[in-house]
Amino acid sequence: MDKTIVTIIGVTAIGTIYWFFFGKKEEAMEAKSSWDIAVEGGYKPATITIPSGRKSTITFTRKDQNSCLEEIVLPDFKIKKFLTLGEPVTVSISPTRPGVYGMHCGMNMFHGRIVVV
Amino acid sequence: MTKVTFPIIGMHCASCAKLIERQLKKTPGVVTCAVNYGSEQASVEYDEAVSSTTTLADAVKASGYTAVVTSEKNKSQDDIKEEAKKAELSDLKTKVVISGILSILILLGSFPEWFSGVFAAIEPLYSWLAAPLTLLLLTIPVQFWVGKSFYQATWSGLKNRAASMDTLIAVGTTAAFGYSLLTTLFGPQLEALGVPMTMYYDTAAVIITLILLGRYLEAKAKAHTSDAIKKLLHLQAKTARVVRNGKEIDIPIDQVKKGDIIRVRPGEKIPVDGTITTGVSSVDESMVTGESIPVDKKKGDPVIGATINKTGTFLFTATKVGEETMLSRIVKMVSEAQSSRAPIQRLADVVSGYFVPIVLMLAVGTFVVWYDFGSSTAAFVNLIAVLIIACPCALGLATPTAIMVGTGRGAERGVLIKDAEALETAHKINVAVFDKTGTLTRGKPAVNDILAVNGAKEKEILTLAASLEQGSEHSLAEAIVAKAREAKAELLAATKFRAIAGHGVAGIVAGKTLYLGNRLLMDKQSVPFAASEGQIAALESQGKTVMLLASGQRLLGIIAVADTLKPEAKDMVAMLKKLHIAVWMITGDNERTAQAVAKLAGIERVLAGVLPEDKATKIKELKAHGRVVAFAGDGINDAPALASADVGIAMGTGTDVAIESAGITLLNKDLRSVVTAIRLSKATLSIIKQNLFWAFAYNVVLIPVAAGILYPITGWLLNPALAAFAMAASSISVVGNSLRLKGAKV
Repeated sequence: MDKTIVTIIGVTAIGTIYWFFFGKKEEAMEAKSSWDIAVEGGYKPATITIPSGRKSTITFTRKDQNSCLEEIVLPDFKIKKFLTLGEPVTVSISPTRPGVYGMHCGMNMFHGRIVVV
Repeated sequence: MTKVTFPIIGMHCASCAKLIERQLKKTPGVVTCAVNYGSEQASVEYDEAVSSTTTLADAVKASGYTAVVTSEKNKSQDDIKEEAKKAELSDLKTKVVISGILSILILLGSFPEWFSGVFAAIEPLYSWLAAPLTLLLLTIPVQFWVGKSFYQATWSGLKNRAASMDTLIAVGTTAAFGYSLLTTLFGPQLEALGVPMTMYYDTAAVIITLILLGRYLEAKAKAHTSDAIKKLLHLQAKTARVVRNGKEIDIPIDQVKKGDIIRVRPGEKIPVDGTITTGVSSVDESMVTGESIPVDKKKGDPVIGATINKTGTFLFTATKVGEETMLSRIVKMVSEAQSSRAPIQRLADVVSGYFVPIVLMLAVGTFVVWYDFGSSTAAFVNLIAVLIIACPCALGLATPTAIMVGTGRGAERGVLIKDAEALETAHKINVAVFDKTGTLTRGKPAVNDILAVNGAKEKEILTLAASLEQGSEHSLAEAIVAKAREAKAELLAATKFRAIAGHGVAGIVAGKTLYLGNRLLMDKQSVPFAASEGQIAALESQGKTVMLLASGQRLLGIIAVADTLKPEAKDMVAMLKKLHIAVWMITGDNERTAQAVAKLAGIERVLAGVLPEDKATKIKELKAHGRVVAFAGDGINDAPALASADVGIAMGTGTDVAIESAGITLLNKDLRSVVTAIRLSKATLSIIKQNLFWAFAYNVVLIPVAAGILYPITGWLLNPALAAFAMAASSISVVGNSLRLKGAKV
């Protein structure tokens, strides 16, 4: 009996974990050339849309003490910045080709996306 | 009155903002003040004579929040980072020490079956230590004070529906601690229900201690991966002695402007880039270019900031300051390369996005399977072991740390690598194409041969030719004058000098009418040279430009000028051949000249008569057969070829356009650095592969072991404390392995 209960709870838990982490829906948003991203347990917003062919600025403000988030890396744009707690750090990028570019923390644990349209 | 705006950390509601505002307004000197909860910023107008940003920060602190005041405007981002890292390290150290001591006590108390005999003499004290309530009290600080960062990170991640390493540790240790807490508080009741009476305080404490110890050691090791940049920044001079209004004053380096005249004494660092206006000296440029021999400098020569003046005193005009200096550009290039992505990293990138949630699911699955088919105790222990052993950090660190150390090592050797991709591709090169002029050769003609005819002396020929040419600016003339200076020949005055286009020059030196030029000039002046035709043709077949010197109608001698091969070119070609790389030469010169230079360098494959605009096409043709092609060049016209090659290698002496287009730049001007770059790429790639293999194999093998997959065969289960040790060791070993590149032979 208890085994059945544990199995049911376990399977439900696995399903919940899957839904919780992978079931995130990203809202479509319009392209802006200036974004503020809060760095707190990840990137908020985690996906931003910017126009191609001109300069866009992204300002990161780290509000999370977790040292995992202390660096922001935009590998496609060769940018790596140290984010001092509470201090806004602005990076400028000028993507020329539309596409989806990644950004992540120094240890590649937290991820965000830059959609260039 | 001064107005400042600074961020505030720690506000969680609008009333916090009001509270801070009140506190700030009470501070002496503050005139107006507004704290915005939304933007988490405070704007304060205050009297500088009464108050300072520090007092403002103190006021915010008094109300229980933190103000990030950047009064230290002159601090660079790196200084701030350095300080933050130092503070983090010392905090980690304290926590590791305290939690280490507590963990030992908890371990001793958790195993009375082993230790009660040892402590028989102090039996009452030991019984107290082994009591569940004592263990609980000892574990609380470890779990909630030392382990606080795991909870903080987990919580902020969950709010964002994201998970990290910390999530795994927090869930794993909380399970161990929570279960033990229940058995401590409700032991008898749970026992009546048939729940096993096991406590895992030791597991929770040891895991937290080991993971933090791992983080401490990893942070220390990781700090060394950026040593190269730190070293480069350290090279920068702090002040410059500028001549202003006839006076020499020392000013901070960031106040130096273009056009400033700066004095540099022996032994001093040259503050910025510029051109010498007065004085001579020799300069040690090794720190920037890797070139070990000091370079002689005179009026008009360029000097590079951060290099060291050895012997003389000189004045120079600053031409590049701030971010434009060579050092700043090198630092920028290296740090950009260190931030770029190596293609080999792609798989690790994909995996790390799914890693933690999958481990969480695996852990739950492990629990269910063990509960259903084994025991509840084993189910619980294995759940914790799976959570703790998983090490996504090693995956995340595998490539970037190696790239950081590799590019840094390159910079130390005068090999600037623009991005990780160039570093990765360089090890696959199987065809290397070299531009001739300026790359394989010095790019400047020099006198190679002087042949005396009709009883003249070699020195006499050189003296007369140089005396005649001293007023000319033609590159061939410069070569002859340079050779005469080298031979310490005394130049004589020349009169009636004239250049005869397409033929040569004429003039009167020491009363003699001299003609220096080609065959056409000799024919025109009816100078017989048929007897020397054999020698002339032989020199020309070696790719040399031949000039004939005649006095009146008598031929005195033959001077052959050629662009000379760099001394290390032959060595380099031999080294490349040893690495099984096919070496090609490409040039706009005619076949004969090209073959002559190629032969000297030991190159068999020559593409001669290639127009500048066709170089890129030729490179593409070579690439077409699946070959990985490197192209080394230096001129503006080489830029398209540099960009179309798999790996473009620019000479540091080359044009900015060439350097921009190339993946690798050789600052030290030594051709053998092409081999260094390839060796460095090989070494870095092998480290990355080892790291990735280790990181993947570690997780692929040990997660199932922690889940108890070996139990049916060998009876092995993984102790969670051992799992914590393995996980900490795993990420340290990846960083340590990358640091080995510092000593790699390249």
